[in-house]
Amino acid sequence: MPLGPEKFLILSAVIFALGVLGVLLRRGAISILMSIELMLNGANLAFIAFARQFGQAEGQIYVFFIITLAAAEAAVGLAIVIALFRLGDSTDVDELSLLKW
Amino acid sequence: MESIAFIVLSILALASALVVVLPVVRNAVVCALALAVNLICVAGFFFLLQAQFIGFLQIIVYAGAIMVLILFVLMLLNVHDERHLGSSGFFQRYLGPLLAVGFVALLVTSLVASLQGAEFPRAGAAYGTVATLGQELFTRFFYPFEAISLLLVVAMIGAVLLAKRRL
Amino acid sequence: MLNLIWIIPLLPLIGVAVNGLFGRRMPRAAVGVLGCAVVLASLLISFGAVWELSQLPVEERYHEVVVGRWMSLGTLVNQHPGSSTVSTDVHIDWGFALDPLSAVLLLVVTGVGFLIHVYSVGYMSHERDLVRFFVYLNLFMAMMCTLVLANNLLVMFVGWEGVGLCSYLLIGFFYDRPFDARTGLSCADAGRKAFIVNRIGDFAFLIGMLYLITEFGTLHMRTLAGEFQHGAGPEWLLSGVGVLLFIGACGKSAQIPLYVWLPDAMAGPTPVSALIHAATMVTAGVYMVCRMSALYSAAPEAMAIVALVGTATALFAATMGLTATDIKKVLAYSTVSQLGFMFAAAGLGAYIAAMFHLMTHAFFKALLFLGAGSVIHGLHGEQDIRRMGGIRRKMPITFLTFVIATLAIAGIPPLAGFFSKDEILAAAWNGGHRGIWAALLCGAILTAFYMTRLTWLVFFGSFRGDAETLAKVHESPRSMTVPLMVLALLAVTGGWIGIPKVMSGWVGGGDWNRLHHWLEPVVVTPHAAAQADAGHASGAEGMLIVLAIVVAVAGVLMAATIYRREGLAERLARASGPVYRTLRNLFWVDELYDVLVLRPFYAVCRFFNGFDRRVVDGLVNASGIVTELTGQVLKLFQTGLVRNYAMTFLLGVVAILFYLITR
Repeated sequence: MPLGPEKFLILSAVIFALGVLGVLLRRGAISILMSIELMLNGANLAFIAFARQFGQAEGQIYVFFIITLAAAEAAVGLAIVIALFRLGDSTDVDELSLLKW
Repeated sequence: MESIAFIVLSILALASALVVVLPVVRNAVVCALALAVNLICVAGFFFLLQAQFIGFLQIIVYAGAIMVLILFVLMLLNVHDERHLGSSGFFQRYLGPLLAVGFVALLVTSLVASLQGAEFPRAGAAYGTVATLGQELFTRFFYPFEAISLLLVVAMIGAVLLAKRRL
Repeated sequence: MLNLIWIIPLLPLIGVAVNGLFGRRMPRAAVGVLGCAVVLASLLISFGAVWELSQLPVEERYHEVVVGRWMSLGTLVNQHPGSSTVSTDVHIDWGFALDPLSAVLLLVVTGVGFLIHVYSVGYMSHERDLVRFFVYLNLFMAMMCTLVLANNLLVMFVGWEGVGLCSYLLIGFFYDRPFDARTGLSCADAGRKAFIVNRIGDFAFLIGMLYLITEFGTLHMRTLAGEFQHGAGPEWLLSGVGVLLFIGACGKSAQIPLYVWLPDAMAGPTPVSALIHAATMVTAGVYMVCRMSALYSAAPEAMAIVALVGTATALFAATMGLTATDIKKVLAYSTVSQLGFMFAAAGLGAYIAAMFHLMTHAFFKALLFLGAGSVIHGLHGEQDIRRMGGIRRKMPITFLTFVIATLAIAGIPPLAGFFSKDEILAAAWNGGHRGIWAALLCGAILTAFYMTRLTWLVFFGSFRGDAETLAKVHESPRSMTVPLMVLALLAVTGGWIGIPKVMSGWVGGGDWNRLHHWLEPVVVTPHAAAQADAGHASGAEGMLIVLAIVVAVAGVLMAATIYRREGLAERLARASGPVYRTLRNLFWVDELYDVLVLRPFYAVCRFFNGFDRRVVDGLVNASGIVTELTGQVLKLFQTGLVRNYAMTFLLGVVAILFYLITR
């Protein structure tokens, strides 16, 4: 079975969608952060697939940056989770409903 | 050979992604470990696509550093098992998954329709090597490179500040 | 002076402005003096202008002054077989014109108006709102002069509406007082009634004007008269316009069926009744018909309607005057009846007779009203003649002038009313309209009767009120009695400018019918009437004159005999049972209008009120409620849960993706 961009892109879409699903269904803040990482992963896969398709290094550079950004974002996100945990003693996002009507 | 690897890796990736995502899995640490597996699978994909440097980067930074960070915080906060998603509302429970499925369906159909099983062209020998990437990074993408270092510094400071017990 | 005729309506407006703006800060005497002075100035200019007019040769007695253009309405292309113009530039100017016809009414209006202004100074001297009274009165004079001097129908209509407005303002002058205990009408209600009934006539007038301007492209009266005399315009249009304009006149001059406002207009102060509802405003309809004599002479059906309505009104109103018990209401019905005489004359083609009667009527009716005012003043507000009687020795001047006026209106020679009324009767007889003549003759008898009744019950016999009032009865001050005397003089001599040919023989030869000569060139008489006029036998006319005198005297004597005897009148009233009751209730016309017109109208109003409140307001409320409900629904989206927001986000993404992919 020859490999082509189509398969990788479909896979990327599925991983991304699963990440979205995780964001919607999960209740723990850290689990949601992990789902977000999954989404980013899906995007990375798409970038690399396209880079391979066109034989350029540009897509890979983008992934380079995305990974770096993911790291930074994970750090800051987790710091926020820690701060929230200190407030309410739980990481349940449904408890953060002050903007309710 | 490649196809076999591809199939195996994709099954593994999807399975681990499902473990991360589905609320059936209530232990957060299990989710984190599944995520690590997923990341490694994706790194495998990168290797298949001849992006060696990025693949290694993925393993070292993503699966290595970020996952460890997440595990650290999990342990630190001693997060309990997640409660069932029962009380998050009717729409959320059913419409969400539906939308996600729709999203995937749209993308898949359009991809299939437009690409129709094309193949990758042959890649150059220097494709995906450290040298090539380094070349690009320090010439064309010099400014983003510097900017992202700055961003890392800011993120560090931010993380430290946010997590402090007393400011 | 002729070029200054445009100032005549303007001067009273100065009175309005000054009294209106500064009246409260002026001494009361000054207010009255200013109000009279401006009218006097108008009167003097009128005299001058008319004198100059009379110096001109007969064919040139038409002087026009155009102050400015009011409306430019484009061009009208008309294809008349009989008209000379092909396309006319349609426009309306602020134009005033003086010709013999307008001269007559102008002098009457300014002259009688001035006398009544002087009278009002004395009559209203105890009134709190004196300033307001003189402002309205001056405004009325300005509007009436505009009406008289207008050279086109639209400017006349401005004056027409203006006097209607002033009538409303002045009738409801005592806005906080009740008026009629029997019907529960207040003075303000009476004012509204006058205005609304007038409006019905004005509406018809307006439509008539619209027809005229679309057909002929002009409302200039002299131009239109020329067109009518050349036979321009289809027959149906001329008749229609004639009827429409006449309906307007019915409203203004209180003919059937629009007379109902005049008796209730007596709610206003007596000088108002004298000036507006006797001498000037109500004659505007007659004046208009005479001005448009060319139109009516070319539309025989319209003339017939005018004559019939006028005759009917003359007789009808006279019957109601027989039983009225308010001194002013008797005079009101008398006015309606006399106006009927004038319209009958106009409808028969005797426009000069109509104007003659208009003039003499102004004199003696104003005198009667002012005299009544004097009586009311002397009796401290009493208006019911059943509580008067025998005050002739206490108010000699009032008594004397009142008697002169009564004899004048009854038609006793050589007083004014005889000559004018006789000319109308002669026109009816000579034209072959024996039925109209008979009806008018009956009207004359009734007039003599009820006027004598009134005089007798007020001034003769014994006093039927309370002793306290009797002790305080006194003659009125000179500011009130002097106008009475001037008007009495006019009532005596006023008819002498229209002595018919027959009688001039008795006076010593020569043609004494000055008025006829003065007005004849200006008035267009239909051919039939002209022929009838020429072909009469002087013998028959002499007989008619004697008959008229006999009839008048008979009426006077009958009334005197009946009311001299105590209780005879009451027994007669009881004996005639239902007839008396019908007359007393004024043929229930007001009640009829209430049922036929007012109640359905109120029902329609209630429907629309409900519609407005429930549907229109309901729609507005509904839009508010819808907005509120939308808000209630939309706020449910704000759950405060981040994941819900994320899902909404996803929804948008999917939607856009769907759109982009399936395009």
